Amino acid sequence: MPIDKFQKLVSPAVPLPIENVDTDQIIPARFLKAIERKGFGDNLFRDWRYDSNNEPIQDFVLNNDTYKGKILVAGENFGSGSSREHAAWALYDYGFRVVVSSFFADIFKNNALNNGLLPVQVNSDFLKQLFNTIEKDANAEFEVDLENQHIKILDSGSSAKFDINPYKKECLLKGYDDIDYLLSLKSKIDAFEEQH
Amino acid sequence: MEPKTLFDKIWDKHVVHSVDGGPQVLYIDKHFIHEVTSPVAFLGLEKRGLKVSRPDKTIATPDHNVPTINQDMPIRDVLSRQQVDQLSKNCETHGIDLYGLNHQWHGIVHVIGPELGITQPGMTIVCGDSHTSTHGAFGAVAFGIGTSEIEMVLATQCILQPKPKKMRISIDGVLKKGVTSKDIILYIISKIGTAGGTGYFIEYAGSAIETLSMEARMTICNMSIESGARGGMIAPDETTFEYIKGRQFSPMGEDWDQKLAYWRTLKTDEGAVFDLEYNFKAEDIGPMVTFGTNPGMGLDITKPIPEVKDIPSASQETYLKSLGYMDFNPGESMNGKSVDYIFVGSCTNGRIEDLREVAQLVKGKKKADNITAWIVPGSKQVEQQAYEEGLVDILEEAGFKLRQPGCSACLAMNDDKIPAGKYAVSTSNRNFEGRQGPGARTILASPLTAAATAITGKITDPRDIT
Repeated sequence: MPIDKFQKLVSPAVPLPIENVDTDQIIPARFLKAIERKGFGDNLFRDWRYDSNNEPIQDFVLNNDTYKGKILVAGENFGSGSSREHAAWALYDYGFRVVVSSFFADIFKNNALNNGLLPVQVNSDFLKQLFNTIEKDANAEFEVDLENQHIKILDSGSSAKFDINPYKKECLLKGYDDIDYLLSLKSKIDAFEEQH
Repeated sequence: MEPKTLFDKIWDKHVVHSVDGGPQVLYIDKHFIHEVTSPVAFLGLEKRGLKVSRPDKTIATPDHNVPTINQDMPIRDVLSRQQVDQLSKNCETHGIDLYGLNHQWHGIVHVIGPELGITQPGMTIVCGDSHTSTHGAFGAVAFGIGTSEIEMVLATQCILQPKPKKMRISIDGVLKKGVTSKDIILYIISKIGTAGGTGYFIEYAGSAIETLSMEARMTICNMSIESGARGGMIAPDETTFEYIKGRQFSPMGEDWDQKLAYWRTLKTDEGAVFDLEYNFKAEDIGPMVTFGTNPGMGLDITKPIPEVKDIPSASQETYLKSLGYMDFNPGESMNGKSVDYIFVGSCTNGRIEDLREVAQLVKGKKKADNITAWIVPGSKQVEQQAYEEGLVDILEEAGFKLRQPGCSACLAMNDDKIPAGKYAVSTSNRNFEGRQGPGARTILASPLTAAATAITGKITDPRDIT
């Protein structure tokens, strides 16, 4: 069952300069009660986005029309906490295809990669450059090139490389899915079970 | 033979295949599932026309969203009921053992696995819940996974995983009075930070760890994920074997002897190399409380909240946001702050030993009037034992009530929500914004500290209660 391919993306970015954004902030537990995967984007950052009367909180970045785009740029240690894949689904469903941070939590990173959402880890200086660029010009565009593993600030030409596991890179470029891969190893798995 | 770590011994034994330059295919011995993170994985299987590969290695229980009162009645919340019903249907379709509401073995998945003897040394164990690391207390490689990964395991009993690096955290010495394993892990996270363990699997070692009970060890391994580590483990020893022996799913007879012989080999060899090591002294650890909105923001209850100047400049904005949410100020003391709720429970501290500690502290005393107390057993067996041991009588005399098992206010998916702006001293594992309900303010602590707080109505050092 293929996932959406990711090759290259050019887009403005949405800044979220907060550290340790945990998965309870990305999507609070009370919105995890669905038995299907749909509509999670509506509750992305729910308690930062809406007040207790469900009115949009004006100074939260997703409620600010100035900022748009398929790239979320966030502070250090993004996605810590719970293993809920709903966090990756919510970001994807909202329209994000890339999250940039200077550090990602492990489970979130796996979940993102398994859903075609690309986590791009850059050093803290480059992250600061990204925030500064967006602050100066909310329409500034960024290029995320998976094949060449770089993210570029198009205005200045400044760019940074990012790491990705070669297997996961191939999966994203071609839209392959881990389960199909594992199913293809069935005879090996059967043999392992027999030996143990 | 080259010396190996405990982690390597178990992991390497379960590798079915290594992808060139990529992750490894790891065989999974036990897969726990619950109602919240599994339904989409079953939908995925259905779409592919697959059945669960090894239902005999899969165990299900609903815990995250279930009510903790009137469990004999239908669940009122429609969405929660649907999820619980869906879990039952999926288990029936695929032939998976389910310990549902009111089953004598029902409970929080990380409480029932060990108490039923399902969790054993040397196993690989996964569950769609980050606190799966709990099972590492038995010398198992246990870690939380996402829903896509649940689908992988359901479909093939394997998971694709990059092999983590290895860290050892040694705690030597003797713990001070009033200091528990919860304080040890909160202390560790306050030192290494919420990302300090990311990319690693932790082995906890040292004399202070070796003297702990299995339940106390589970509390430590449980919160490994709060340091960012995928899992944490402790080498099995006589304490471990003693705990496992005679439980419902424990090996028996000749099988026990064979397994025991293997389990005794499960320790890090002399001279094995870790990628990172930390050493702490048990004597340096006091009763811990958190003051911010992540589990790394913890301090000794006798110390003040750090000043802004002591925080790295890049993190100061986030630090102030966090204190603003809690409505605390730098320099203030946590000890003596008035709170509104205490919550004793969760996969971190919802076991019988935790209830014993609470009962012992509150025995013959009365709960403060300003405190609403939720005491939630981790399982039906814990609940039953609390009645049998007379703990419930002690708690009730002191003004507390025991609720029914579930994850409850730890993540507030059910009705057990702390109201906005209110403070709760909680024995659970996360103090994130809104974790215990929108606007709720959480202070993580040990069951002893929560009990002491319930008696005085304000955050209290358990050593001050006599």
